[in-house]
Amino acid sequence: MSRFPTEQLAERVLDGDPRALARLISLVEDEAPSAREALATLYPHTGQAHLVGVTGAPGTGKSTLVNEIAKEYRRRGLTVGIIAVDPTSPFSGGAILGDRIRMRELAGDPGIFIRSMATRGSLGGLARATSDAVKVLDAAGFHRVLIETVGAGQAEVDIAKTAHTTIVVEAPGLGDDIQAIKAGILEIADVFAVNKADREGVDSTATALEMMLDLNGPESGKWRPPIVKTIALRGDGVPDLVEQLEAHYDHLQGSGLLVRKEEGRVHDELMTLIEHELTASLLDALAPGELDEWVRRVALREADPYTAVRELVSKANRE
Amino acid sequence: MTEEKIRILIAKPGLDGHDRGAKVIARALRDAGMEVIYTGLRQTPEMVVEAALQEDVDAIGLSILSGAHMTLFPRTIELLRERGLDDILVFGGGIIPDQDVPELKRLGVRGIFGPGTSTDIIVDFIREEVRRYRAGEPRQ
Repeated sequence: MSRFPTEQLAERVLDGDPRALARLISLVEDEAPSAREALATLYPHTGQAHLVGVTGAPGTGKSTLVNEIAKEYRRRGLTVGIIAVDPTSPFSGGAILGDRIRMRELAGDPGIFIRSMATRGSLGGLARATSDAVKVLDAAGFHRVLIETVGAGQAEVDIAKTAHTTIVVEAPGLGDDIQAIKAGILEIADVFAVNKADREGVDSTATALEMMLDLNGPESGKWRPPIVKTIALRGDGVPDLVEQLEAHYDHLQGSGLLVRKEEGRVHDELMTLIEHELTASLLDALAPGELDEWVRRVALREADPYTAVRELVSKANRE
Repeated sequence: MTEEKIRILIAKPGLDGHDRGAKVIARALRDAGMEVIYTGLRQTPEMVVEAALQEDVDAIGLSILSGAHMTLFPRTIELLRERGLDDILVFGGGIIPDQDVPELKRLGVRGIFGPGTSTDIIVDFIREEVRRYRAGEPRQ
């Protein structure tokens, strides 16, 4: 393949070559073997950036808010990597990635790197490659990495495992206070942004969130997610929001939670890799057509799924 | 390794505000299984090239209806060359008079698709160009 050469990709990322960075993220997304080697080289250089997730329902203003947060970071002299995730079509496998439309003001700033990413079948609000792409940006030396999820409903909570600090973006008029006490996305917030705060209903949205947080009861030393009203289109409230992001990171560091969180993340990551690896080696060990044969038998009710799996696994283990 | 996705940047440089054509193409490429980075209206060539670099795209499609194609295409190609990105496929659409097509092709715009072109033709063009490039075959 004559495309941009992949030798010394990790070294060139560490040297700050943006094209090497872009190419490596593609290789990570395509699960190329060379990406694993490069990630292994980069790994000791990761763990420096503050990883900030931005999630919320479609249309709450996530991309616009990411644009404003990045501008505020730049005013503070910090460099910013951005990963913006949009959904892959379940029908064609294609995607339209449109988050850059709202980030045009960031163009031309070498202290900013924006990458759009399609979910490629992943369901938790991120792509499978997102956390590795974040590592690449982290190793490249960006001080802050902003990760924007797909427009999330109630169960897309993977971001909480990937990011240190998760912003849940709400907007007025999206639901009553019962929505606020349901499980899921609201539970993962470290900071709430109530965006479009110039609209009617902003106070009742903020109040519903406050009441939900009150139900958690007072716990001394525990982080209570602050609620920040923003108008992302004008940048209103964004300096305060960034202040809260920094405060949360300080809290994580001061309380020892950062280390615990990192261990939790690594645990999940290792479990996922183990599953991936074991599944691949098991499928390798099967004879051609063997899996299809079991699929057929289970579909015809000649065997049950549990027996099928037990047989397949024990056969693979004997190989 | 999973298949390598084809990634395409669709941009509307210049000042005209009609992005329907660009959206139709973006949608057709999505339906053909490609990842389309859509950057919207009023992009400068500098913005287009920066986005193409960061997004590591295989191709850039520019939609130009303003009549500024003889400025915007050459400038984009010049910037790509300056940044070592001249291996990215460039194609275009919009209102481009026939007499300008040979000169644009000479400059390195590899496909020009006017109004009414079937999206299948554009999809096939991109697939074939990207396949040849990835296989290391010379461009025609």
